[in-house]
Amino acid sequence: MSMDEVPELRVTPDRYVTVRYAGASGDFNPIHIDEEFARSVGLPGRILHGLWTMAQVARAQTEAAGGPDRLQRLAVQFRGMGVLEEEVVVTSKVREVADGVATVDAEARQGDTRIVRRGVAEVKTAQPSSSGNG
Amino acid sequence: MSAVGKTYPPVTYAVGREKIREYAHAVGETQPLHLDLDAARAAGHRDLVAPPMFVVVYAAQAFATAIVDPELELDFARMVHGAQEFAWGPLVVAGDEITTELEVADIADRGGVGFFTFTSRSENQDGERVSTGTWTCIVRGE
Repeated sequence: MSMDEVPELRVTPDRYVTVRYAGASGDFNPIHIDEEFARSVGLPGRILHGLWTMAQVARAQTEAAGGPDRLQRLAVQFRGMGVLEEEVVVTSKVREVADGVATVDAEARQGDTRIVRRGVAEVKTAQPSSSGNG
Repeated sequence: MSAVGKTYPPVTYAVGREKIREYAHAVGETQPLHLDLDAARAAGHRDLVAPPMFVVVYAAQAFATAIVDPELELDFARMVHGAQEFAWGPLVVAGDEITTELEVADIADRGGVGFFTFTSRSENQDGERVSTGTWTCIVRGE
């Protein structure tokens, strides 16, 4: 895998994704799962977990690179608010490749709102010498 | 501030096969390594492989303990997650026991906005560093 290019990842969170993610991650902050509570604190409604969105950015890299062992580092900033039932688009651009590691700039958007910005991933491009012993 | 450098007692998390599946489904993973035991073993892994971002599951308790530490005076109700960084080592698989230690890396006030940065260091049962995390929480002013 050359990692010259990382395909766009598109995913539309359904209205219960935050409930499943709360259970899976243990983050039960009511702004993600309780519509009434979310509105009471001035949000438009329940919002996505930032770390769910970061997981989509990670997934874009691991799918492009050919496996979870390729992702060495990922840093993101959370901005805006991710909402349910609206397509999330992860875009990634390879900035440089050096010593078998690609540095990738990535962000996640919903429409014109960037919900993850300044994402930087480091992804191994060379075939590993062994396929892992996990 | 005085709390910078403070660490919390390490927390050990036992990684379960079905927890990996549950997490993988919740984030939309489709790779067989995370879902199909035979595929994971055929690829040379001992058991199902956790997606990299599964770090939020095994490190969650350590992080949760820190942010409610009264010494930090972190106003939970006005907190938002500002930034996150992870660096990964060897893959985590079901059956691993991951021990995470959390440290207060930095506390800063910029124009009435509080920035709390924590570092997590997670090791598997063999003492290998499986991930290092930098967690940045932003607390809006009154």
